[in-house]
Amino acid sequence: MKTIFWLATVVAALAAPAYADDENTITIGMTLSQTGSLNVDSLAQQRGAELWRDQVNGAGGIKAGGKQYKVRFVTYDDQSQGGRVQQLYTRLIVQDNAQFLFGPYSSGLVATAAVISEQYGKLMLITGGAEPKTYELGNKYLFQAITAGDHYLTNAVDALHAKNPHAKVALVYSDDPFSKAVAGATKDQAQEAGLSIVLDESYAPTTTDFGPVINKIISAQADSFLGGGHYPDGATLARQLYDQKANLKWESILVAPGDEKFAALGPAALGVTTGSQWEIQVAFKPQFGPTADEFAKAFKDKFNAEADYYAASGFTGGALLQHAIEQAGSIDPDKVAEALNGMDVTTFFGHVKFSTDPKSHGLQIAHDMVLAQWQEGKDGKLGRQVVWPKAAQSADLIYPMH
Amino acid sequence: MTGIIASIIDGVLVGSVYGLAAMGLTLIWGVMDVVNLTHGSMIVAGMFGLYLLTEFVGLNPYAALPPVLVGGFLVGLALYWVSVHRMIGRPPLMSLLSTFSVNLVLIGIGTAVWGTVLFNVQVTLPGVSWGRYTFPGTHILAAVLTAVIALCLYLFLHRTRPGKAIRAVAGNRTAAELVGIPTTRVLSFAFGLGVALACVSGMLIATLFPFTLLSGDTYQLKSFVVTVLGGLGNPAGALMGGIALGLVEGLVTPFMPVSWTLVIEFALFVVVLIVRPGGVFTFRRS
Repeated sequence: MKTIFWLATVVAALAAPAYADDENTITIGMTLSQTGSLNVDSLAQQRGAELWRDQVNGAGGIKAGGKQYKVRFVTYDDQSQGGRVQQLYTRLIVQDNAQFLFGPYSSGLVATAAVISEQYGKLMLITGGAEPKTYELGNKYLFQAITAGDHYLTNAVDALHAKNPHAKVALVYSDDPFSKAVAGATKDQAQEAGLSIVLDESYAPTTTDFGPVINKIISAQADSFLGGGHYPDGATLARQLYDQKANLKWESILVAPGDEKFAALGPAALGVTTGSQWEIQVAFKPQFGPTADEFAKAFKDKFNAEADYYAASGFTGGALLQHAIEQAGSIDPDKVAEALNGMDVTTFFGHVKFSTDPKSHGLQIAHDMVLAQWQEGKDGKLGRQVVWPKAAQSADLIYPMH
Repeated sequence: MTGIIASIIDGVLVGSVYGLAAMGLTLIWGVMDVVNLTHGSMIVAGMFGLYLLTEFVGLNPYAALPPVLVGGFLVGLALYWVSVHRMIGRPPLMSLLSTFSVNLVLIGIGTAVWGTVLFNVQVTLPGVSWGRYTFPGTHILAAVLTAVIALCLYLFLHRTRPGKAIRAVAGNRTAAELVGIPTTRVLSFAFGLGVALACVSGMLIATLFPFTLLSGDTYQLKSFVVTVLGGLGNPAGALMGGIALGLVEGLVTPFMPVSWTLVIEFALFVVVLIVRPGGVFTFRRS
């Protein structure tokens, strides 16, 4: 009898939601890459979302339909692995009763999570999955807050073309969905601009030695580099391109140079450009929420770290959901989705509008990226400056980079 | 043509460091039939050893080699008594699971302390240019140091009493015990030495490339390929295997997409296992 009692207790504890329901609380579920290769960018995104949550709760909560809802997060570590994502999002929905979802970090994990969110009709805001293909599958509750992957290097192509219309480009990218989507679009844009692609190669995401690839770049007599992938490979590429004196006049690398720790590469970071979803130097006049300076200061105060675009997008995901709930006057997912469908707003993160075309529903169609370049400041320290488009410039573009 | 030769030379330089990493793995297997799955973590430990010694102690990167070697040896001794000693003589799966578990614990602690952020040790060393191609000084020095360490290991194993004791235990543990060799002490010493080699290879790799806490997995995988190429339990073969792997990487990439390199490497791995399971470079057991 005693055994049955204990067994029943354990089963009840496992079956119960990890958090008790409360009608004045909105539960938002998400997975984070607290461990594994995506940890760095995922952590920044998570911190941005946490800052939004704390600010909302500090101000009394989200107002909708005469009520004020506090925000509660339920999170799990997805270990940077797609295999865990579906199981964890199912748990978030079924067991933890999450009313809304934030997406995981990176395109591959988002594509996996979206299968579950759509299956259960849960609205999911994406702030770290740029690959556009996921939004072409007829999803109804998926909303992308950041610029889609096919525009990640558009500014780089424009700026390079302006500096050298006859540039010989080596397009070298990681063999993953996001990087391939960026590279495919970049190739078309570069060729349209009249630049010649002298090398088009992908590499395994686990690559640690880029020596053979760099020798190919040198052999192809490329003077410009476009490509990369995620964090470790992008940083290693930059370091080896410098060490092997590839004599490039231009380097645009995905993702890695967007992180503050890229500065650890020292001289190898100098002159490297990257497509950025947000930089503090670009001042938009927000219709709601903080200004860029206010956000960056609050972030620094809370985490003692500089805010980068991952943090800004994490915060923005929350701010957009809050705005949609307030506009809908309800937490009913269909009404909130309707509000997001009609949203056309500017926040400190920039202009945001979602596609309502059934062929690309939820895809971000208004947000613009900028091109940032690592430059040496007057104090001798390395920092990112916005160099393109010209209207948003905080410093002149340095070309050639060395 | 110049590009192909440059690619081969660079491949051989880096491959020799892979060989050094594999020497630690194969030494441990050869002496005690243990597949050490903490090998990747120990390579990363060497990387972090270099980072801490250069960043916080202010040592020259290459002056960090002796402390990393000694530190690696001591860590290896501790690991032996924690995860290996009680598994000696049991089925290989036991030590495999034991070292696998310890590896997970080490990675977990490391992730909690450092996360998976990227670390970079800046090493300024002039390279050698050949036409448009440059061989970084760090790559050349890493290969030279690898050769010196391999020579020292050879002399140690063949010319000193402790080295001969290790070889005796590797050859026949029971016979070694009968002639009075303290085998447990020798086994722990050999494990410490294997881990020290892994740490030093990690240190040298960190002078070439940036690294994260998770970088060890890739190098551990390469070490397995190199070990099979060189022959299980054969440290000299491991060095040759590493150089051969680098040669293959250098030779393949000019002619086909670099994403095929892994496919070629593992195809080679399977072919060697089938055709010459003792290893390509097994002429004589060390």
